[in-house]
Amino acid sequence: MEFFFQQLTNGLAVGGIYALIALGYTMVYGVLKLINFAHGDLFMIGAYLGLTLLTALGLADHLSPFGVIALLAVMVLALVAILGVVLERVAYRPLRQAHRLSAVVSALGASIFFQNIVMLIYGAKFHVYPHDLMPRTVVHIFGMPVPLIRILILLASVVMMVGLYTFIQRTKVGTAIRAAAIDQGAARLMGINVDRVIALVFVIGPALGGVAGLMVGIYYGQINFTMGWIYGLKAFTAAILGGIGNIPGAMVGGLLLGLIEAFAAAYLSIAWKDAFAFCVLILILIVRPTGLLGERVAEKV
Amino acid sequence: MKNKRWIVYAACAVVILISPAALNRYWTDVLNVIGLYVMLALSLNIILGHCGMFHMGHAAFYAVGAYTTAILNTAYGIPVLWLMPLSGLLAGLFALVIARPIIHLRGDYLLIVTIGFVEIVRIALINNIFGITGGANGIFGIDRPTIFGMKISTPGQFFYLIWFFVAVTIYLFRKLEHSRFGRALNYIREDDVAAAGSGIDTGHYKLIAFVIGAVWAGFCGTLFAAKMTIIAPESFNFWESVLLFMIVLLGGRGSIAGVILGTFLVIGLPEIFRQFATARMLVFGVVMVAMMIFRPEGILPPPPRTYRLDGDTGPEEAA
Repeated sequence: MEFFFQQLTNGLAVGGIYALIALGYTMVYGVLKLINFAHGDLFMIGAYLGLTLLTALGLADHLSPFGVIALLAVMVLALVAILGVVLERVAYRPLRQAHRLSAVVSALGASIFFQNIVMLIYGAKFHVYPHDLMPRTVVHIFGMPVPLIRILILLASVVMMVGLYTFIQRTKVGTAIRAAAIDQGAARLMGINVDRVIALVFVIGPALGGVAGLMVGIYYGQINFTMGWIYGLKAFTAAILGGIGNIPGAMVGGLLLGLIEAFAAAYLSIAWKDAFAFCVLILILIVRPTGLLGERVAEKV
Repeated sequence: MKNKRWIVYAACAVVILISPAALNRYWTDVLNVIGLYVMLALSLNIILGHCGMFHMGHAAFYAVGAYTTAILNTAYGIPVLWLMPLSGLLAGLFALVIARPIIHLRGDYLLIVTIGFVEIVRIALINNIFGITGGANGIFGIDRPTIFGMKISTPGQFFYLIWFFVAVTIYLFRKLEHSRFGRALNYIREDDVAAAGSGIDTGHYKLIAFVIGAVWAGFCGTLFAAKMTIIAPESFNFWESVLLFMIVLLGGRGSIAGVILGTFLVIGLPEIFRQFATARMLVFGVVMVAMMIFRPEGILPPPPRTYRLDGDTGPEEAA
């Protein structure tokens, strides 16, 4: 039972991280119909920026662990958001009228660029987050020990997701984002500045991805310049699983994927862990071709 | 105009054919790698370029071909080139089995599923599935191919073997492109609802396109296994599929000349950028973005199809 509970909390924490990254994919997809293959690399840059800021500013000497992490999260969030906007301006905006796949190649090029610039700056080796960043507290839930960090990661990601969902559903700007996702032309006619909406999407998505990068750094303790690919792929899988373009779908998909992986690794075979995630994805798409929460797309004739 | 194009193509072909005489072993080998990628990219072009299916898992079929050749050659000593048809057949069967349930998926859903398949195949190979793939180390000691008793082993000899197959590929795929089948694929790419309305069995045609592409990737797998004599799962990872995907889009979807040029750029540029040492892939990424911004339809998009109707003197434009 305790083993099961450990897998459950681990799966939820990892799933929360996947969901945060998946939100970036799904929001960009919703508005631009573009798979932002560079998103995973923005996530990776978030992890590196977190480490650099932590060591360069020497925050740990002055603040409590939670203060350090909160401050780091805010700084990473802001910096990665800036990077996201620049990426959109340089690599995607000139291609907005072009075929969708042209922008995909541009995204792949940007991804290669980001990976290699991080490799040139930091080197190809693994980088390690300080072990004493978080106190290794263990709390007991229903009498079972759970590392505090897992709860915090899950909590933080759920708070961000709920916040985003409320923002999208309840505010005027959120409504503008939804309108631009449904029909850009009509949104423009209603007086919505679609360029600003797209820029905003490229603020929110990468910001969440950057924070997820910081979380992975703290949770696993080591980061590498190639990790953006595998996490990006997983998160993209999560977004598709839930139905791409759909914000609650990304959250459900992320958490589900995290749980599938944790349980598959624990009970079936760790060597086949990654394959299970894809098998489940394929099975779900065979039954529901637009993902779990995806709407049926009407045929345009 | 049309004749001028042919003169350019013929000149390029002649330059490529005589180039090994002027190049050292290293650059000849680069040309061999490019030749293999040309074949692979042309086979992907049928699926992605002509039929418009977002397929980012082509390395899976390539792997099936290469492993079929490697296993049967090392275990039973069957000559490598004899295994080529079988490798293609198995890759095609594999494609048929996996594509059948997913062929109706739209755009990006198909994309992630094909990525999923290439990852599953790689993980299966690493985990030594059925105990015959040799795990993460792969399979080594594959024989060199022999033609009429002559053993092919130097890069110069491989050059002619590979580029012979490239020429065959170009010839056959050009025929295919201009056949009824090729036109149907283009129709499906532009508007599959209209295509279905005109009596094209879209699911059937998509499946055939997928299988043809996979069979060809299987053939390439044989050549790859013969050239390397050692194969490992890492040769067939997701990145290989991404490279092929980029080649087709960069060169020009549905254009044979474009795809060939795209291969030279995507595979050749990182070699030329070696002077930038570790920064070469960085430069490569920037070039990728820039090329898409300046030529979003690819470098050499296919010219609009033109047909001459019987009794009509002027060319008829058709999409």
